Amino acid sequence: MELYLNTIALAAPGLLGWLHSIPILTGLTSYQVTDMPAFSPKLLPPNLRRRTTQTIKLALQVAQEATEQSTLPIQQLSTVFASDAGNTEVIDNICHTLSLPNRPVSPTYFHNSVHNAPAGYWAIASQSTLPSLSISAYDASFAAGLLEASTLAVVEKIPVLLVCYDNPFPAPLAKHRDFYAPFAVALLFTPTQQIESGTKIILELKEGGKDTQMTEDTLERLRISNPAARSLPFLQKIAQKVTGNVIIPYLEDSKLWIKVHNT
Amino acid sequence: MTPLFISAYTLTNNLGQGIKASLYALQQGNGGLRACDFEDVTLETWIGRVDGLEEKTIHNAFDCRNHRLAKMGLEQDNFTETVSDIRMRYGAHRVGVFMGTSTSGILHTEKAYQNRDPVTGALPHHFQYRYTHSNYALTDFVRQYLALKGPAVTHSTACSSSAKVFASAYRYIQAGLCDAAIVGGVDSLCLTTLYGFNSLELISKDPCQAWDINRSGINIGEAAGFAVLEIAKPEDKGIALLAYGESSDAYHISTPHPMGKGAILAMQHALDKAKMPASKVDYVNLHGTGTRSNDASEDKAVTHIFGTQTPCSTTKGWTGHTLGAAGITEAIFSALCIKHNFMPQSLNTQKVDPTLNAHILLETHRQPVNIVMSNSFGFGGSNCSLLLGRL
Repeated sequence: MELYLNTIALAAPGLLGWLHSIPILTGLTSYQVTDMPAFSPKLLPPNLRRRTTQTIKLALQVAQEATEQSTLPIQQLSTVFASDAGNTEVIDNICHTLSLPNRPVSPTYFHNSVHNAPAGYWAIASQSTLPSLSISAYDASFAAGLLEASTLAVVEKIPVLLVCYDNPFPAPLAKHRDFYAPFAVALLFTPTQQIESGTKIILELKEGGKDTQMTEDTLERLRISNPAARSLPFLQKIAQKVTGNVIIPYLEDSKLWIKVHNT
Repeated sequence: MTPLFISAYTLTNNLGQGIKASLYALQQGNGGLRACDFEDVTLETWIGRVDGLEEKTIHNAFDCRNHRLAKMGLEQDNFTETVSDIRMRYGAHRVGVFMGTSTSGILHTEKAYQNRDPVTGALPHHFQYRYTHSNYALTDFVRQYLALKGPAVTHSTACSSSAKVFASAYRYIQAGLCDAAIVGGVDSLCLTTLYGFNSLELISKDPCQAWDINRSGINIGEAAGFAVLEIAKPEDKGIALLAYGESSDAYHISTPHPMGKGAILAMQHALDKAKMPASKVDYVNLHGTGTRSNDASEDKAVTHIFGTQTPCSTTKGWTGHTLGAAGITEAIFSALCIKHNFMPQSLNTQKVDPTLNAHILLETHRQPVNIVMSNSFGFGGSNCSLLLGRL
């Protein structure tokens, strides 16, 4: 499967914004872990923004940044939101509330609990009525998101915004599923080459291959802890502007090979 | 688009285990809702509960209500044996698994929170996130149970989840990532959805009455449904997915567009993909949840596309709203309508709301049925319409 990557947005501790992250990913400057700011994606009207959560804002922030760099109108983008756990703080809140007398679940928390809540808010903000998918594949959520976005772009012949994110669970769930740090990446794909486009990628599922790793220890720890951060070696290859293969873990018996054609 | 052959399917819900139970109940007009008796829930409502799950332990880490229901579903209608043949024919790596669920095994986590350590707040040691609550756990369970090794993904777009899997599977097959697909969905009763929908005041105290002047909300049900999709060969005879249509409302996070904008787009895309006029559709299986706003919105959309003469009904009066399993449940109901040439009544609907104009069936009709549209619309404005017909 062939398609074109147009723009990238990134948000993780020490990796805030794509342009800022390029010298870190290429090794030109050292990686420093920093606190994450409180995101406030402006595309979402304030009355709606107030009703969202940190996880939803994290996802919408990168979605907004990726589309701001593109000339493609946002209402003409379909979307894929890929995440293992979705709205982690809402799940914790609801499960906690359900352990209290009378189980006073908040209606706002409940509608934010659906896995496609970020997709729903994004559709309202962007006014795109195009198809939107919200998927999960545990640790393979980035590779699965990439396959979902690629098949959507190539088969339906439409531009696709892929947003892959996972935000750490509060205790006590964090003990059972540790994402280490928040991570969100947005990638805007088109089935054919756009004027602004730089990078052709070719995807192939194979049974063999060794996962491409990060040499920097903290980035490698992030890569293996947060499903969205499985994208890091791919992002590094794009940042290095070199042509070559990246191997991303998919399901237990297969790998996603990504051939990056930098020009 | 090229139709996909639906070469096998199975369904388990409150009407019983396997296809025959659903078919019999639909044709006889026997609903399966009961006053809520789930766990210690004190809400005054009706539910579509599947019997026997409490005793159906799975002896590994996957054990939770959702996977017990999934396993019960996979054991019916020779489905697992049929998939073995599919696996032999295409190879385990060439068969994909695409499952829809809205809450996966969250009941397992709800119970763990009720049993936290009073001092440390820790969840019990036996708590498993990966194999129960995680969204992918269902797909993982089904893929392992069926010994498949192809691409796999969980779709979770609330009540359209297990309709969207048909679109996703079609695209993977078209892109050459697999040759056949197991699509389906499982959602099971849990406190999150019962108390969550209750907090939104969308739960009915009575058996749900879609399109009725007195409709007052949904009943929550649970179900497991699975189907095999293959590229249709000239000799294949049976039911096919003719097309799908997907859209987003881009309107409100939990309320459908009042004029049915997203629903219209989804249905029209399905018709466009099949290159078919709306007049060819014999019957519309509505999303038809029974809330005031959902039915009003869908009525606007359906009459915009089909006018006021095309027979429509909702089957939520039999099963309740099975949420992430509603898409597969109603796709299979639609397949049964085509195979057995009948259109079910809208069970429990007595007096159709005079402000609604779709042609709602108040009695079951037996007549040739060739093309059915099945609608699934979810929270967040996620819409999916499936068009089924004969090969």
